Amino acid sequence: MKKLLLSSVVVIIGFTFIGRLSYLQLFRFSPDQILDDPAIKKIYDYPERGYIYDRDGKLMVGNQPAYDVMVIPREVKPLDTVEFCQLLGINKLEFLSKMEKARIYSPRLPSVLVPQLSKEDYAKLQEKMRHYVGFYIQKRSLRYYNTHSAANVLGYISEVNEGDLQNNPYYVAGELKGRTGIEMEYEEILRGRKGVKHIQKDRFNRDIGPYKNGKLDTLPKQGKEIHITLDKELQEYGEKLMHGKRGGIVAIEPKTGEILAMISGPTYDPALLVGRERSKNYSKLHYDTIAKPTWDRSILAQPSPGSPFKTLNALIALQEGVIDPSTKFRCYHGFYVGNTLRGCHCGGGVRDLNSGIYQSCNAYFAGVFRKIYDKYSTTDEGMDVWDKHIKSFGLGDYLGTDLPTGAPGRIPDKEYYDKWYGDGRWAASTIISNSIGQGEVAATPLQLANMTAAIANRGYFYTPHVIKSVGNSGAIDPKFTTPHYTTIDRKYFEPVIHGMADVYNYGTAKWLKIPGVDIAGKTGTVENYIRVDGERMQLTDHSVFVAFAPVENPQIALAVYIENGYFGARYAGHIASLLIEKYIKGEITRKDLETRMLEKTLEHEYAKPYTGEPFKINEREW
Amino acid sequence: MSGKGPFGRIDWITVILYVLLVFIGWINIYSTSLSDTATSIFDFSTLYGKQLFFIGLAFLGIIFVLFVESSFFERFASIFYVVSIVLLLGLFVFGKKIAGATSWYDLGFFNFQPSELAKVTTALALAKFLSDIQTDIRSGKHQLYALTIILLPALLILPQPDPGSALIYFSLFFVLFREGFPLYYLGILLVIVLLFATTLMFGTVWVVIGLITLALLVYTFKKATLKIPVLPVIGVIVVSTLFSLSVNFVFEKVFEQRHRDRFALWLGLEKDEKKLEEIRKTIGYNTYQSEKAIESGGFFGKGFLEGTRTKGDFVPEQHSDYIFSSVGEEWGFLGTTTVILLFSFFFLRLIHIAERQKSDFSRMYGYGVISLLVFHYFINIGMVIGLLPTIGVPLPFFSYGGSGLIFFSMLLFIFLKLDSNRLKDGI
Repeated sequence: MKKLLLSSVVVIIGFTFIGRLSYLQLFRFSPDQILDDPAIKKIYDYPERGYIYDRDGKLMVGNQPAYDVMVIPREVKPLDTVEFCQLLGINKLEFLSKMEKARIYSPRLPSVLVPQLSKEDYAKLQEKMRHYVGFYIQKRSLRYYNTHSAANVLGYISEVNEGDLQNNPYYVAGELKGRTGIEMEYEEILRGRKGVKHIQKDRFNRDIGPYKNGKLDTLPKQGKEIHITLDKELQEYGEKLMHGKRGGIVAIEPKTGEILAMISGPTYDPALLVGRERSKNYSKLHYDTIAKPTWDRSILAQPSPGSPFKTLNALIALQEGVIDPSTKFRCYHGFYVGNTLRGCHCGGGVRDLNSGIYQSCNAYFAGVFRKIYDKYSTTDEGMDVWDKHIKSFGLGDYLGTDLPTGAPGRIPDKEYYDKWYGDGRWAASTIISNSIGQGEVAATPLQLANMTAAIANRGYFYTPHVIKSVGNSGAIDPKFTTPHYTTIDRKYFEPVIHGMADVYNYGTAKWLKIPGVDIAGKTGTVENYIRVDGERMQLTDHSVFVAFAPVENPQIALAVYIENGYFGARYAGHIASLLIEKYIKGEITRKDLETRMLEKTLEHEYAKPYTGEPFKINEREW
Repeated sequence: MSGKGPFGRIDWITVILYVLLVFIGWINIYSTSLSDTATSIFDFSTLYGKQLFFIGLAFLGIIFVLFVESSFFERFASIFYVVSIVLLLGLFVFGKKIAGATSWYDLGFFNFQPSELAKVTTALALAKFLSDIQTDIRSGKHQLYALTIILLPALLILPQPDPGSALIYFSLFFVLFREGFPLYYLGILLVIVLLFATTLMFGTVWVVIGLITLALLVYTFKKATLKIPVLPVIGVIVVSTLFSLSVNFVFEKVFEQRHRDRFALWLGLEKDEKKLEEIRKTIGYNTYQSEKAIESGGFFGKGFLEGTRTKGDFVPEQHSDYIFSSVGEEWGFLGTTTVILLFSFFFLRLIHIAERQKSDFSRMYGYGVISLLVFHYFINIGMVIGLLPTIGVPLPFFSYGGSGLIFFSMLLFIFLKLDSNRLKDGI
């Protein structure tokens, strides 16, 4: 035994080692791992990023060449630094620090010395380049924007960061990737696939030819162009109208759910985030925390919807059979909740469905709201029914669009109020503000536009989306071509739409009619509060407007939300009217209206809370 | 065999295996240290040039050993031992610090590492003590003496700090076991290691449950005639439980984070992928890179001087402790198994030689040599292929380094010299 001990140990160790080595070298070995072998150089062949066209095939985003000045530090020969710096447009200190950085990164690998020269600078530099040994110019492809609009929808591309590299093995440091908007959502389609060539290097880091005769090499796969649903002209016109105003606009084609325009104010020129000034511009936009130009209000702002929400309460009441179009409520220049009078601007008197809508009578809708709840024996039941109806219009949750951001809005349910007030300690009158779209309900402009599209379609909508086709005719996700039906029967829409049409005929928007086009719409004026230095203050009401046109066979449904624009018929109503005319007629006949919108700004309103002085809100003059 | 001259009865099989190992080792050192500016292989500014010089020195050492009267080593074993202990002590005063460890004397042209010498002298001294006619391995007092001989140099080396070399001295226990030191000491040692590892992996509760289950199984399936007293079994379980509990305490309170990280990596304790990755990139980096390099070799390897990771210096310390990874990458599974088989035959041959000795001293010294070599080989390759935690010991005859090669060679050839004289011993 003791004589065999050491021999057995030797044999056991031998078997263990060979076992482990078989595992490593036979089982775990795979010929592909050559791909992350650091001694095999990979040369990438990048395909051009796909173009983006609007719904009519007009180019929105293309590509432009840019030129990086590259340096391989150990190949650099003594040079006339002063002249070279002048050519590059940088100062000597900057030049030296960049050279040092490149050397530290690697003396034998190329580093970017000056990124993204313009064509002009490139032309000047090109002929002199041969004097500077160790430097060369590398062509890259950058985005080129054929529009100054739609920055937030289109999104931008930027260099991949550490996180991207870890999460997706496709990317290599230095590559570009869609970061927001359409560029992000359709990244893989637009990007294509880069081709790879493997080059075997010898121990002196010299290329000695293709690795395995190029057996593992791949060809680049072109990125595909995409067509989006935006109407370039409408988008550009809308952004022009938004000049000096904050808010969001979304226009949808009701019969397809295609987003025609998606405007957020203030916005910026997408070209700002391309080229040498990119990071400077980005900081400026990103750190503007008051106007927030990169915050897409059309899908992220979640104000109370205001009076447009009344149309839904009318529809629910009709569906539930608690009113008919002739049911009347009296308005006492307001309505009573317990002993308190809540105000109304409609002028008072007896209101039925039609005049309730076009005069936007608060008392009428408070009555309607109560009736919905009164039908059920408990408030909880009433709440569930009301919730189900409202949510069938796509409110209170993410819509599932093909945009990478979004907001859910808010439609409260019984759990929400149980938590807020306590179980059984609230009733329809407690939450009566919801009847007029104030209170706890909130919706994004996109959701309001979608709700309007559902009304325009008399009972269904398609999930709003921006993709029209991949390539020239490539199919899109079937979830965008499947209708979603609301819980309201088709026949109940007509009286409500009639009321909305009368908003233009006799109601709150009678000054905004478009000759020859029947529009149905609804104004909204939303009270709002902010906190400045911890102090709650009321600001001028938000101006909200939803509309669709023509009333029969609708082509466009939209929602306009203008921060602190006061009455719905003012800013929001004007802009909605102009956009509809632009889209349907292609030109504007009411130049006075247009001039007013192009010239008027709300900057003075936005400045008010920051002056530190007391200020007036909701001023009559405008 | 003439029986005359210094090379007369030397065991040529061992010599050939030795030459092969040294040659393959140097080939790989050449591959790992060949730089962009290739020069002659005799360029002593390069690592492979220096190693060639060390091989020359080792050869001189071997010649010296072969010409010396073989009884010389036995007679002066104690003095050698004392000298090397003095040299180890001297390091505390005159030592030169290299890579954080004060393990070297600066001799100008060459850094001398006395812990390598001490391996030879300790093996000699142990053999001398045990083979003494008055020594009785069964006596507790003599066991203690033997332990002292082994552990004294280890104790001096530990604070250099060089825990790897210190650990190596424990291999000399194999000599004791061969000479009748009770084998259950080895059993106890194994149980302790097993308890330590399983406690860290599964926790005390499961270890205790496992032990009780084991005991119950033994009682259920044992032959009815076999009587195992219950009380000691319970005692063992209680002691094991206490030990298991103390493991947790030692691991959490006595160990430092870097030690914990090593065990975490080795035993797969860390479940959090991110932290594991972090550990891999820091202390597990060498092992990770060497495993990758070996793995990438596949069956046939990438060929001599074609190892892309070897060329790119991806494995740190590849010419010394991680030399085996270069074998793996460039020569593939064929190369690694060849080396493992060479080493195994080499060791088995040496054991065979040791067992044929008539002189107790020669046999015991032989066992000392073999144990030391096997332990180096086990720890080094085990670490390089990711079976053992990172412990810095060289691979005998392979790794770059003068002291190592010279003293390993002398260690071996003293034994071969003793062997060549074995027939005289009987007279």
